[in-house]
This record gives sequence, structure tokens and C-alpha cells, in this order.
Amino acid sequence: MSLWEYANPKKFMQVSARVLPVVIGLAAVSLCVGLIWGFFLTPDDFRQGSTVKIIFIHVPTAMMAINAWVMMLVASLIWLVRRHHVSALAARAAAPVGLTFTAIALVTGALWGQPMWGTWWAWDPRLTAFLILALFYLGYIALWQAVDDPDTAADLTAVLCMVGSVFAVLSRYAVKFWNQGLHQDSTILKVGEADPIAPAYYVPLVVCIVGFVLLFVALVLLRTRTEIRARRLSALLARERLA
Amino acid sequence: MMPDLGRYAVAVLSSYGATLALLAGLVALTLWQGRRVKRQLAEVEARQGQSQGKHDG
Repeated sequence: MSLWEYANPKKFMQVSARVLPVVIGLAAVSLCVGLIWGFFLTPDDFRQGSTVKIIFIHVPTAMMAINAWVMMLVASLIWLVRRHHVSALAARAAAPVGLTFTAIALVTGALWGQPMWGTWWAWDPRLTAFLILALFYLGYIALWQAVDDPDTAADLTAVLCMVGSVFAVLSRYAVKFWNQGLHQDSTILKVGEADPIAPAYYVPLVVCIVGFVLLFVALVLLRTRTEIRARRLSALLARERLA
Repeated sequence: MMPDLGRYAVAVLSSYGATLALLAGLVALTLWQGRRVKRQLAEVEARQGQSQGKHDG
């Protein structure tokens, strides 16, 4: 069975209807376990105090903000190369979810930064790249709504997505590219190295990351189903007008 | 059994509160849009005499 069968809207609707309840259930369980564990059952950090509890939402949402854009890029490339409508609609469906995760990461980052860095915001390479990514999300959503013809909108937003990918990559690797600024490099990938994150935080953080990934998948599936129905609705209304 | 958040209580609680509010808004918007489009599609399909939920799984 080919992967491209799922690009058929009818097949996608059938498969997603079966998969969605499982994904929603797993997302709810892992988010509840991870967030309750992180908030109630982890100790204060010797340096950061109780603000370390913000890591359980800040890190997964920041990761997913970038990964959502990467998913949109892949879907956009599939649209440009193979012209599968479901992939363009999936990219469109993912944008508001990615924007929300980006907003959460920015807000929680500011709330964490104020007591730790003494400032809500700094024009640090990573923070600046992340803010520009948020603006790209807004532009992407606006462009979809501004263009009437859906295929033209899909083409234009796919190109915008490719341009914005520069900032998605920069927001992840800016700390490595420019070794300056307030934001630290990733800690969760340092397991086994000299200064790893303590297991007391690492395990619930991984559970939270899994939860946010599943939440993203569930929301994108739900929203893609809505986009497919909306596309069919537009086609039927257009046929009605011509009749 | 609320943990003692000390002097950072406002920062931590605001972070969790803002996150839950934004996620709740996103989920509510997603469900509302989904139901509205599904209802509109069903109405138009019924009007045009086509089988309902042709694309539904």
C-alpha cells in the first residue's frame, strides 16, 4: 500500500476518524501525567528555585513551534511537487497550532526570563529568530485568507513557508551559530555529557514533550478534517451558484 | 497540596495559567470551526440531494 493513498481526501477522512480517538486519549493522558508530575512532584532547582517548573511547558512548546513549521514545510513541498490537496490543507491546518505554541513559548520565556535574567526580553539571536518565526506564522495565516483561489493560496504560502524555514532553523541553532546572548543551548540533549539535566526533571519533561507532540498531531488531524470539509463545501456552493 | 513556589509564584502560576488559557482557546476554536463546517456541509449536501457525509469516515 502506497503512502500516497492517504493523500486521497476520502481515505484520509476514514483513517483519521479511526486514529483520532487514540491520539486524543494518549495526548490527554501524557499531558496530564507530565504536567502534574512536573508542577507538583519535582523539587526546586538550587539556582532557579521554583521557576524551573516552567521548563515543562516552555521547552515542549518551543520545540513544537519549530517542528510545526518543519511539518508545514514538508507538506508544502509535497503540494508543490505532487499537487496533493490534503498536504496543502494539512499545512494550513497546522499554522494556527504552531502559532499558539510559539505564543506560549514566547510568553513563558518572558515570564521565566524576568526573574532569572532580570529582563522580560532581550534581542538575543535565538529570541529574535523565534519572534520572527512568530511573525512568519501570522503572515502565513494572513496569506491563506487573503487569496481567494485556494490553489494559488497554497502555492504562495508554500513559498512563504520555505522562506520562513530559515528562521525556524535559526531559532533552533542560533545559540550554536552565534555563541552570544542570554538564552542557553539545549539541555535535554546533553544526557550523558558533563552537565546534563537532572533525571528528576528529565523524565517528566520527556513525558510532557510526548504529550505536546500528540496534542499537535490531534489538533492538526482535526483541523485538516475541517479544511477538507470546507473545501468540499466551497465546491458544492460554487456548483450551486452555477446551476 | 499546592507546592510552595516561594517568591516566584507569580511567574510560575502565570506561565501555567497563560498556557492553559491559550490551549483551551485553540481547542475550543478548533472544535467550534469543525462543527460549524460539518453542519454547513450536511445542509448543502442535503439540499443538493447528495449522500450525507460522503467524505466522512
